[in-house]
Amino acid sequence: MHAQALEGGFTDAPTQAAQAFRAAMSAMARPGRIESADGVAPPAPVSPAAGALLLTLCDPETPLHLAGDHDTPEVRDWVTFHAGAPLVGAEAAQFALGTWAAVAPLDVYAIGTPEYPDRSATLIVEVAHLVAEGARLTGPGLCGAAELSLPETEAFRRNAALFPLGLDFFFTHGTRLAALPRTTRVEGT
Amino acid sequence: MTFEGENMSLQGRKHDAAYNFAYLDEQTKRMIRRAILKGLAIPGYQVPFASREMPMPYGWGTGGVQVSAATLTPDDTLKVIDQGADDTTNAVSIRKFFERTAGVATTEATDAATVIQTRHRIPEAPLTEDQVLVYQVPIPEPLRFLEPRETETRKMHSLGEYGLMHVKLYEDISRHGAIATSYAYPVKVEGGYVMDPSPIPKFDNPKLSDCPAIQLFGAGREQRIYALPPYTRVASLDFEDHPFEPSKADHPCDLCGSQGSYLDEVITDDRGGRIFVCSDTDYCRTRREAGHTGPQGAPDAEARS
Repeated sequence: MHAQALEGGFTDAPTQAAQAFRAAMSAMARPGRIESADGVAPPAPVSPAAGALLLTLCDPETPLHLAGDHDTPEVRDWVTFHAGAPLVGAEAAQFALGTWAAVAPLDVYAIGTPEYPDRSATLIVEVAHLVAEGARLTGPGLCGAAELSLPETEAFRRNAALFPLGLDFFFTHGTRLAALPRTTRVEGT
Repeated sequence: MTFEGENMSLQGRKHDAAYNFAYLDEQTKRMIRRAILKGLAIPGYQVPFASREMPMPYGWGTGGVQVSAATLTPDDTLKVIDQGADDTTNAVSIRKFFERTAGVATTEATDAATVIQTRHRIPEAPLTEDQVLVYQVPIPEPLRFLEPRETETRKMHSLGEYGLMHVKLYEDISRHGAIATSYAYPVKVEGGYVMDPSPIPKFDNPKLSDCPAIQLFGAGREQRIYALPPYTRVASLDFEDHPFEPSKADHPCDLCGSQGSYLDEVITDDRGGRIFVCSDTDYCRTRREAGHTGPQGAPDAEARS
């Protein structure tokens, strides 16, 4: 393990995690709204927002899948030291972290069962830009419609059609994050 | 009030250092936070969670307290309502609990609060996008008294098989001529899950729908969390020929004169004397301070002198 794996966690976990969670909750409750989360310095290529989500939501009870370029020894060590989440393949993951290309294909992740739709994976997708324009979002959490720059629309349309099953997404870039729950209807522009 | 080990800073209030921020340990809060996020992603679905023992008995809001503890940040202003009132035992003790363990500011004013924990009422004042409403829930399963087996109610929710609930409402009509359910009136969320809105009076049901605030529901003993994102469509179950009717006592508030608020009936003597007063104490006080006076109320300035 590298010594820098010990660095870059929350300095005041109870309050910083509370603030990061409020950002995550506000984002999940209002799809497309861009919030900011900060306070951690994870190793590259993990963004501060994605790092804050990991330390706020993951622990030894949540299997985590590091996809593609995010699966580096530095990231593994950092996650293991700060969150203690077991690192697993996509099919066993409760959380996954990676770029949109790396987390694909989506059909291997757990989407829950009809009796327990909550037993589904949450994907943290690192995107190259995150702005409130692009695909049109409607559904619970939205008064009218919102827009969000999504990597594509078809995958999210298929995911929404699975309701009440399905995946939930966070999108992160730098210190900014947005979310897309399975309830949101996504239309291209 | 100060506590041993308390550390006041210039920046503001501090919580009692003998406790972790907001009482619960971090791993418990992560578990609750994950449940809240799944609840928001599946509106109306009851997410199981590993409810902890809290330093108060079941039935005193252990579910709501755990959800509030996982939601609060040090910058929040907390309001706690017990059946509409800010000044009853349950409300006062939960407010003190979080003043001590989270160091958050507290208020009785609905519009000054960012997090509102409530037992059995939705405030009369409209909520805003910047607020979170946390409900204390005794029995989260709306089908529980119709079907005691959890395995069966789960299956009924997964199949959207709610015929039994409509039979129950129909039996109300055949016996009483109207749907007699007056609180914990079942609702359907976005045309999907049937949900128990907690024992709020059915007068409050219309406020559940299209609400700008985030609504979170916590049932401690029953170990369930569920949620309504803002602007979620929530419909009270009814029939075409017996539409849902929110009801209240047909009377103005005797203190503030409000015609539109939910009222409590208060017995005033042993000769059948009674008055009707707003159940929402903050709403009633705000109106009286603004000069409204009901049939039995003294004007605000006079009442204070």
